[in-house]
Amino acid sequence: MSDQERVVYMDNNATTRVAPEVLEEMRPYFCDLYGNPSSMHSFGGRVGRKVAEARERIGYLLGAQPDELIFTSCGTESDSTAVLSALQTQTDRRHIVTTRVEHPAVKNLCERLQTLTGHKHKVTQLPVECDGTLDLCKYEEALTEDTAIVSIMWANNETGVLFPIPQMAAMARDRGILFHTDAVQAVGKIPIDLARVPVDFLSLSGHKLHAPKGIGVLYVRKGTPFVPFLIGGHQEHGRRGGTENVTSIIGLGKACQLAGERMHEENTRVKAMRDKLEEGLLAAIPHSLLNGHKTERLPNTSNISFEYVEGEAILLHLDRFGICASSGSACTSGSLEPSHVMRAMGVPFTAAHGSTRFSLSTYNTEEEIDYVLEHLPGIIANLREMSPFWAEAMKTQAGCGCGCKKD
Amino acid sequence: MWEYTDKVKEHFLHPRNVGEVKDANGVGEVGSLACGDALKLTLKVDENEVITDAQFKTFGCASAIASSSALTEMVKGMKLVEAEKITNEDIAEFLGGLPKEKMHCSVMGREALEAAIADYRGVKLPMAEGEVVCECFGVTDLEVKRAIQESNLQTVEEITNFTKAGGGCGKCQDRLEEILHEVRQDQVQAAIPDRRPRRMTTIQKIKLIEEALEREIRPALRKDGGDIELIDVDGDTVIVSLRGSCASCMKSQTTLKEYVEKRLREQVLDTLTVEEGRA
Repeated sequence: MSDQERVVYMDNNATTRVAPEVLEEMRPYFCDLYGNPSSMHSFGGRVGRKVAEARERIGYLLGAQPDELIFTSCGTESDSTAVLSALQTQTDRRHIVTTRVEHPAVKNLCERLQTLTGHKHKVTQLPVECDGTLDLCKYEEALTEDTAIVSIMWANNETGVLFPIPQMAAMARDRGILFHTDAVQAVGKIPIDLARVPVDFLSLSGHKLHAPKGIGVLYVRKGTPFVPFLIGGHQEHGRRGGTENVTSIIGLGKACQLAGERMHEENTRVKAMRDKLEEGLLAAIPHSLLNGHKTERLPNTSNISFEYVEGEAILLHLDRFGICASSGSACTSGSLEPSHVMRAMGVPFTAAHGSTRFSLSTYNTEEEIDYVLEHLPGIIANLREMSPFWAEAMKTQAGCGCGCKKD
Repeated sequence: MWEYTDKVKEHFLHPRNVGEVKDANGVGEVGSLACGDALKLTLKVDENEVITDAQFKTFGCASAIASSSALTEMVKGMKLVEAEKITNEDIAEFLGGLPKEKMHCSVMGREALEAAIADYRGVKLPMAEGEVVCECFGVTDLEVKRAIQESNLQTVEEITNFTKAGGGCGKCQDRLEEILHEVRQDQVQAAIPDRRPRRMTTIQKIKLIEEALEREIRPALRKDGGDIELIDVDGDTVIVSLRGSCASCMKSQTTLKEYVEKRLREQVLDTLTVEEGRA
């Protein structure tokens, strides 16, 4: 295959390939077994049984009861449902605790709650350290009697940094505060057992774990007060109106089964490839630094800043070699500032614009890692030759002086 | 992904004139690392005031690199007096256009060129002397005003696309709205008096009607998802067609008479009547 046609996909935190096994599982339910699972006839009932099977498979991956799962259209819908439900079931509480590095699905929702609910809400956005981790003391201080819900992601989409959800959920539980976690990036990549982790709500999204786009789940722990977001028919026991996205639900069930089977591989072979890529790039490219904690992190994600170059330029050069990655630079997002995650971590401007994220999956190969290691150092060197700051920095340089240098 | 033209891609992947002219006598540096893009332009100008060499170094995205490369290609061999006339629109045009969110890359090119020419002449640029409106990106009111006038900007969002002002913390957006209002007010007032002679030929009418539509009426309708096309001018009857959401709007007749006709009477000829025609 020539370099032009080749695709080396390392953007799995953006979306993933639908696993061929998943597609096969879904296929009969488009044109042949297309019944409505709510119907009385056995044609629909057959589909209903398959949906129930999918629910069990998903529950098994999460350590949840099947009836604790509500199917939604995406991670964003799950997030909105959880937060708005918590506010409606506890109208006397007007405070939310979240972080500065949440996905826009939670961050923007919290920032715009007033227009949705007509009430003023106090939102505490916890800061993060320069390695992207949270200070649990600050978290504890933020919890008050007025706190309705805590909404904190399990793993950060840009850096892969993991937050200590089991501990934080327990701390909220002790104070009688509802806890939601956006686990869109974590589910399928690290083991999760909700039988032991006392979260009340958990969001997941199918397309991040090799199921199709357009299907999500909200886990609601049994006994947690709940108000639906989409109001309509009796589907999901009245907890989410709208005819079930049957094929995608079936696909997600299969994807969760596969994720369980591949969990070990994700945390060994994929992690080893990620480490090889990361260490190779940091060694081959001077003035590159890792964004995020080195170990408290998803096994598949690596976010590296290349100083004095801009992310979009890096991505478009990688694109010539068919390499797919993403960046937290301003230009790639359409905004004019680097990503809110990079800014919250205090990544210096010299580096924030050049942050590049590689996110792997079990479909990647060692040969692909070598391919990136072969091409990226040259790309960075060329862009630096063109950068007006590079020669200047090289003259005076001893370190970037920001205290954030790699170990 | 951005929709870049082939020419932008070509200049990004194979930039011309990268580097610094060794014996440069005009140097312009704009932008910063914090802003996310920066350009250092070096020129060699000979005794006849002709730019004999131009090179650049750029930190930034694909369109920033392409705009810089385009700029050096455009000015090489050009007389200074001609180079001074290059606008950001010229740079964007040379590249076959830029996405609107990326127009500030072409503005950066023009600013670097101005700075380099000023450096050659040993003069100070007036733009830097204005009041800083946007602190995130260090943009002055003079720069904002100039962009509004030159590129006929209609909204704060457009100002941000062209100058980056307002694209950071957003605190200056109210001030940008004020500046926009001031400039457009001045433009309308400057435009109205001499645009209303007693008699006009049909061609003159069409020209002024088109201008008024473009300057004020169309942008206002577009805000609500509508649009307007001039179909014909027959004597003093202006035939137009409403488009977009205006076409199906219950109030379209009111819009036509109370707004479009009124404005055209004020700005073109007070005997005009506006009617809707079917295109």
